[in-house]
This record gives sequence, structure tokens and C-alpha cells, in this order.
Amino acid sequence: MSDPRRTNEFGDAAGIKARAADWLMERGLSENWREEDQARLDAWLAQSPAHEVAFARMEATWERTERLAALNAALPEVRAAERRLPLLLMKFAAAVMLVVGIGAAGAWLVLEPRDRTFSTPVGGHEMVNFADGSSVELNTDTLVRARMTTEERIVWLDRGEAFFRVKHDPMHPFIVVAGNHRVTDLGTQFVVRHDARRMQVAVIQGRVWLEGAEREKSEHSTLLTPGDVATATAKSVSVARRSSKALAESLSWRRGVLVFNHTTLAEAAAQFNRYNRKQILIADPQAAARTIGGTFPTGDVEDFTRLAEAVLGLHVTARGDTIVISR
Amino acid sequence: MVETPDTGRDDAKPRSAGMSLSAPEARAWFAREVLPLETILIQFLRRNWRDQSEIEDLLQEVYARVFEAARAEAPAAPKAFVFATARNLLINRVRQQQIVAIESVADLEKLGVAQDAPGPERSVAAREELRLLQSALDRLAPRCREALVLRRVEGLSRREIAGRMGIGEGTVKDYLALAVNALSDMLYRETPDLGRGR
Repeated sequence: MSDPRRTNEFGDAAGIKARAADWLMERGLSENWREEDQARLDAWLAQSPAHEVAFARMEATWERTERLAALNAALPEVRAAERRLPLLLMKFAAAVMLVVGIGAAGAWLVLEPRDRTFSTPVGGHEMVNFADGSSVELNTDTLVRARMTTEERIVWLDRGEAFFRVKHDPMHPFIVVAGNHRVTDLGTQFVVRHDARRMQVAVIQGRVWLEGAEREKSEHSTLLTPGDVATATAKSVSVARRSSKALAESLSWRRGVLVFNHTTLAEAAAQFNRYNRKQILIADPQAAARTIGGTFPTGDVEDFTRLAEAVLGLHVTARGDTIVISR
Repeated sequence: MVETPDTGRDDAKPRSAGMSLSAPEARAWFAREVLPLETILIQFLRRNWRDQSEIEDLLQEVYARVFEAARAEAPAAPKAFVFATARNLLINRVRQQQIVAIESVADLEKLGVAQDAPGPERSVAAREELRLLQSALDRLAPRCREALVLRRVEGLSRREIAGRMGIGEGTVKDYLALAVNALSDMLYRETPDLGRGR
């Protein structure tokens, strides 16, 4: 959890600095900086004087690096700088050049071990530890592929939900791709859920970047901080703030339970249906709108339906693998 | 002796006659007048604030207040104004928290920062600046340094850098953003132990 003393009225300084640096580079690298891009930047700057000063600071830093161009004329100095690069890096650079030299994407397939696949069945819950110290915790009915190499760390969340605890390494960003979005960690714990319609990222600790998987230069990217819950569909991204309590509740599956708190029966049923082969069907809208609270084991549908019957006075009928709840 | 703003309010107005600045003008003013003070400003905050983990946020708050004030009216004595703002911020924080006595905030005169003599900070010669940049460059993470050299020394486009480094164009931006962020600390906080982490 973030330390509340860390934040003042202007918000998290390190996060703002990172965002300012990103804006500056977004603008500086763009070959086609449009009016609407500038408008987005202006809007961000206008949000807070803290944004203005962070941006001014990055801008001034970047201008100072212009002088580095002098190194181009003074080539011997560059050579000297290169000699100071660690040997390992030089080897690594050579390997990259080799691959680029071969050209084909297939070259990676020769050099890199095959991607590994991990999955859980409905109701499953599994932990995967990677050699770099990062881990992924898979929730029910989840499929991930992981490519963890010395060069890249990419996990594709093809389906379901996973909690990521990332060992941060600025040289090797940890990237999660879900549908047409990607999440890049900046030192982090976060959870990603991906289903047919949308993907959702909630940040527990640290920061992540959320952006389109294609990463075209004009694409919008969003920096998410603890408490942020971003929901992305094919066309839009929206970010909401959630209290740490609500976030913890949404992660209760890691303890094998579902926590409901003024949750509608419809939402609760949808949650149970993710974890169980037996599906709850709520037959009428008035029953669906009733709210409940409590903590239930993810696999215990009966426990939940008993409550609906006893406390809410609803009728529960089992029909094969379907449990129908009605008034 | 420079007149300092009322210590009861930390959003005090500068006392000089100046003109209001547009946001880009204010950013330029800030880069020219305030950023060179960062090293000594951080030293001041560290010396006068117990919780060292809050320094970065305090610095940001001082900056934001100075920037806001400058937009309304650029202070004639920026250095004195920056430190008066910092001092007032600390005093108000102390009052709010009711932890320690107000004397815990050292006198500005004692620190010798009240005078607005032009600091030695920015009068560095071009050669010295290049040396400073090179030393900062050497301390960057290797991939960030590589991206920065390709951009600034070789003048390559985003796409060309991506090709040379074998990474996506988005990652080029990420590396350069990390680089400029790290450099900002190295270049404005010359004391070695201030440039690291947060």
C-alpha cells in the first residue's frame, strides 16, 4: 500500500516526474505532433503547478543534453565512453547485432527458449514463480504465456485474471499484454483481468503504464498509480479510483474467498459463475437487484445460495448444472 | 537583508514589482532561476526535516508554490524567494503536525542562502558542462544510455533507434523518458548521494 504521508496536495512526486518525462519524450519523438496531442499535454499541465514544474524540469534537462551532439564531432571521446561500457553489455550488444543482422524474426526462435504456457481450470488457483524473482498468481479459468529471457519479460494474459508481483528492472521492463492493450510495470504489484469484452488493470503498489499493444506513436498511454483501476475496451480506456479496502476485496480470490459488500445478487452470481462449473441464474430482475454482503469460499455455491434462500427469502431450484434463483 | 514573506502563510506573494508570466514563460523562468538552486534547496530541506522520505514531495511542493507565485508576478530576488517559500512550508508543516518546536527550522541567514548573489551553479563553461553530461551519461542504465546516445549524439529518429536497438518504438520512448528523468536528478543534484533513488 502506498504510504499516505508520501502524498501531499500535489500528489506523488516521483510519479509526476515520470509522467512529465514521458510527455516530453512523447512530444519530442513524435514526427506528427498534432493539435489534439498538444491539447492533451496542455490539459495535463493545467491540472497542477506540480505538473508544470516537473515538465519544466525535464524540458530543461533535455535541452542541456543537446550539448551531447558535440560528442559526434569529437568521435575519439565517444570511443572512450564506449570503452567504459561493461563487458557484459558489449557482448549483449554484439548478440543483438547478430540477430538484427540475420534479420528474420525466426532468429529469436532459434536463440530463445519457447514461450511457456500456464493455465488454471474453472475454480483453479495457481502461483508461478519466475527466475527473475517476479511471480504471477493465476485466478480461475486463466491462460497465460510467458516469455522470460535476458532481453525481454513479456506475459500474455490470453484469458482470465492474474495478480502480478514484479521484480522491477528498469532495463528490462516487465510487460503484460492483454488483448489489444499492454501494461508495463514501473516497480509493482498489479492485477489484470481479461475477458472477451474488455481488460482491466488495478494497481496495488508502484506504477504501471497502460497503453495500446501496437504502441503506435500517437496512441494514448496512461500512467496508473495505486488505487487506480483502468478498464479498457477496444475503443476506450477509463480510469477510476478505488479505496484500498475495495481493492483488497477485489483481490480476495487470492485467499480463496469472494468478499461482497453491498453487492447486487446479479454481480455476486457473476462472480461465483467465474469459479464454478455450476452456474447461478437469477430468474427475475428484482431479485437480481437485491444486495448482499459477506465472505464466501469461491467454490461453495451452496453456501451462497443457502444465504439467498434463508436471508433474502428467495427460491432456489437446482436444474442440472444450473441453480435458478427466483422470487 | 531581503524581506521574506509572512511566515504565517506559505503561499506568500513575492514582494517585487514584476509582470505576470504565461505558462511557457513561467517554465523558462523556473528553469533559469530556480532549477540551479535544487542542490542547495535539497540540502536545506534535508537538514531541516526529520523524515527524509518526504524530501522529494516537499521539494515538489516548494517548486509548485514558487511556480504559482511566479505566474502572478516573477520575484525579483528568486533565490531568497525560493528559500523563504521552503522555510514557510516547513514551518507550517511543523505547526500542523505539532511535533517539534518551530526553532527546528534553521535561520536562513545562518545558512547563508538569503542573499541573492548569483550562484556559481550555472556559470559553468561549455567544456565543464560537457564533462558533467558525460559523467552523468556514464551513470545511466546501459540501455537508456544507448538510446540517449543514438538520439542526441547520432541524431537518429525514433524508428531508427528502435531498429538499431532491436526494440519497439514505444520502448524507445520508455528508455529515453527514464534517461531524462535520471539525468534531471544527476544534473540538478550534483552531490552524488542526492541523485540516487527518491
